[in-house]
Amino acid sequence: MTALRLQALSPPTLFPIDLDVPTGTISTLSGPSGIGKTLLLRAIVDLDPNEGDAALGEQTRNRMPAPQWRRLVGFLPAESHWWRDRVGDHFTGRDGLPLAELGLPAEALDWNISRLSSGERQRLALARLLAGSPQALLLDEPTANLDAANGNRVASLIKNYSRLQGIPVIWVSHDEAQCRRIGDRHWVLGPDGLREQAWN
Amino acid sequence: MELISLTPTALGISALLVLLLGLLSQLLHLGIGRRMIIAASRSLVQLLLLGMVLTILFDQRNPWLIGLITLVMLSVASREVTARQKHRYVGGWGYGIGALSMMLSSFSVTLLCLLLIIRVEPWYSPQYLIPLLGMLLGNTMSGVALSLDNLSQTAWSKRGEIEARLILGAEPGEAIREIRRDALRSGLIPIINSMSVAGVVSLPGMMTGQILGGTPPLEAAKYQILILLLIAFGTGLGSIFAVYVGARRLFDERQRLRLDRLRPARD
Repeated sequence: MTALRLQALSPPTLFPIDLDVPTGTISTLSGPSGIGKTLLLRAIVDLDPNEGDAALGEQTRNRMPAPQWRRLVGFLPAESHWWRDRVGDHFTGRDGLPLAELGLPAEALDWNISRLSSGERQRLALARLLAGSPQALLLDEPTANLDAANGNRVASLIKNYSRLQGIPVIWVSHDEAQCRRIGDRHWVLGPDGLREQAWN
Repeated sequence: MELISLTPTALGISALLVLLLGLLSQLLHLGIGRRMIIAASRSLVQLLLLGMVLTILFDQRNPWLIGLITLVMLSVASREVTARQKHRYVGGWGYGIGALSMMLSSFSVTLLCLLLIIRVEPWYSPQYLIPLLGMLLGNTMSGVALSLDNLSQTAWSKRGEIEARLILGAEPGEAIREIRRDALRSGLIPIINSMSVAGVVSLPGMMTGQILGGTPPLEAAKYQILILLLIAFGTGLGSIFAVYVGARRLFDERQRLRLDRLRPARD
């Protein structure tokens, strides 16, 4: 049960950003396209050179090897990538995966990557990420390629994962209605930095 | 058997053939004619010069002069490796990796061969050293250039896959393992192929030359075997070194994939 904290984190081309995401809550993040929402998430998991620091409870990013930090803080990019032919080859085990919750059959693990639809890819990528039991989640438009039913499945899976395990979540979304529905707090990234958005 | 000396006419005829090929390429819009003719002219001038230099050099016993020549050969080979990269390493790394891996492999194998296998006296006798080193450098150069080119091109185009693995917590070595392996394969396939068909499909260049020059075929065959095996070892060693250092250079101290260390392709 730990909170995610960004300390003067400066992705390339962005101002230093401070942000606290309390344990078990979802913070939504929106903003015009190209403003750097993805860059911010990439900076948190240290994929691009950046300044500043991030911490999960007592565990500070800059004081641990990057791969260890990335296993701790699960990042789901907008586009998923697969490096082997079969879905199941990207997973270490077959047990305990939330396939049913994502509207996928257990055989999905035997599917070939080339036959996946973009929505299936996106949901399987989430299953792949959750299989590593990350202690925080950074989601880059996780429902962008999904129809309403599957979008709701993903939203409630993440909400439960966050609530039950006390996981802090940053959820990038363009959809205001979705932000209001799932978020506990809402942030907008603009050219002058991050500010909180309050709806009535 | 007497050695038949080649006349300028003989060389002229073969040069004419390459010119014809260039003309054909022009007609078919293949866009390779110019490069072919430049490369052919280069080989003509370079080999004639080499012949003249070697004539002088073979009477020479100055190890420093011979050392200087080997360094010139190495630096030209390294430049070639760099020139053959679609995505070059920024800041002289491509040149450096090429030079170091070829030096490591070609120089050590040549020395091994001169000192322990053929046992030339003195070991720097240019008649043995220069051709041996040349054969090894030429072949390791191809291997190193192919492997490095394959590595950087694949890393460039598979950025998403490599980063997906890093995101899930993989170490760089794991995230690029298959790409590194395939790059190495692509560098070693030419020598594997030429060993497999040597003597059956193709008569290797050196053996052909020795036989034309009057050496008994069995002697020529023994030398050719020696050279092929040494080339295989040298190419393997050089390519492995180049691919490991090259792959490592693609990641920084925070295990990020740093494709900004490669230049974008020019065309």
